[in-house]
Amino acid sequence: MQPWHEIVVEQLKANEIRLIPYVPDNVLKPLINAIHADPFFTAFTTAREEEAIGIVCGAVMAGMRGMALMQTSGFATLANVLASLPCAFQIPALMMISERGTLGEFNIGQAAVWRTMRPTLEALAMEHHVITRLDECGFIVDRTIRQAISTQQPAALILSPLLTGGKANPVKAGG
Amino acid sequence: MSVTTAHNAKRMYRFDLTKRLVAKLHRDEAVIGGIGHSNFDLFTAGHRPQNFYMLGSMGLAIPIALGVAIAQPQRKVFAIEGDGSLLMQLGCLSTVATQAPKNLVILVMDNGTYQITGGQATPAAGGTDYVAIARGCGIQSAAWAADEADFERLVEHCLAADGPHLIGLKLDEQGPAGQTERDPSQIRDRFMRGMGAKKSKLTT
Ligand SMILES: Cc1ncc(C[n+]2csc(CCOP(=O)(O)OP(=O)(O)O)c2C)c(N)n1
Repeated sequence: MQPWHEIVVEQLKANEIRLIPYVPDNVLKPLINAIHADPFFTAFTTAREEEAIGIVCGAVMAGMRGMALMQTSGFATLANVLASLPCAFQIPALMMISERGTLGEFNIGQAAVWRTMRPTLEALAMEHHVITRLDECGFIVDRTIRQAISTQQPAALILSPLLTGGKANPVKAGG
Repeated sequence: MSVTTAHNAKRMYRFDLTKRLVAKLHRDEAVIGGIGHSNFDLFTAGHRPQNFYMLGSMGLAIPIALGVAIAQPQRKVFAIEGDGSLLMQLGCLSTVATQAPKNLVILVMDNGTYQITGGQATPAAGGTDYVAIARGCGIQSAAWAADEADFERLVEHCLAADGPHLIGLKLDEQGPAGQTERDPSQIRDRFMRGMGAKKSKLTT
């Protein structure tokens, strides 16, 4: 079976998602590398995740679809701009969030900020799906993108450590 | 571009400058008005379907304009951003410099204050120079407008020459000339049509 990042790239291309601004994360690295290697995409780093959301919203309104990539901690900086830009204006801005802070997290700050993610998504009433399995990955990515575009709503895709392997503590407990 | 410094730039009236900008737009240029008074004056200068009036996402006028500029490289795109708003998202100037969209023009409306929340001084009141910051970020074509005539000349230059460009505007203390109608889904719908990104028979 294909690795998760190849499945994601395929679905992004099938749905014409060309613009990929991002703040990097280690788990996203294979996806970021694959996107940079493919001339179909326009991908670059931004200084903040808020900026990436603004760029995607501007591009979508001008006819170019986009998705912002970020880590859980980056998502936690976004409540105000999500509420007041893509939610209020009904812009199908897409986000892909690599999930840190759970299933083996070694950094208490990441674990603490992780607990704010689902309550924030729910408070914003934003469509979101967690991808945990390779065999569901393509379906969830494709359908979430299509729904966002046809209903003119933002949406978030969360890459679980169950899918990606996440980032585990290099040192064993007590070791 | 001109060699006006922040110190000797004339303090001008935002609504007058906004009207002068809009009067020079003849090719359906996009204009993104930042939070509060920047977009109030853009709206009051006369709605056009190529205008986008941002609401609460303080600091995002330039990123939104960058997204439009990347999506439509043939169209000139203006961002009108307040100084307080730009301070909140200074990193976007580096992103603009690196992506270097030829069609992007940034206007910084520098009144030294957060006018809409009561005129409190920004943390940059000590003398931050936004044009120097833009140059330091790598936006070579960045200049303060000396006065209204210089502003018009700079806008013409930005329309004719490849960017990205940034124009710094020192403002007087006058408030906005009106208020934007806060109807975001309508604003987005009109803007998408203005960008040719949406066709719909729902017109009346
Ligand atoms: C993240 C965030 N913080 C604070 C505010 C409240 N706020 C709205 S407008 C504004 C000031 C904007 O200042 P500036 O961009 O300089 O424009 P001016 O009011 O001077 O025209 C502030 C602080 C907000 N909307 N969003």
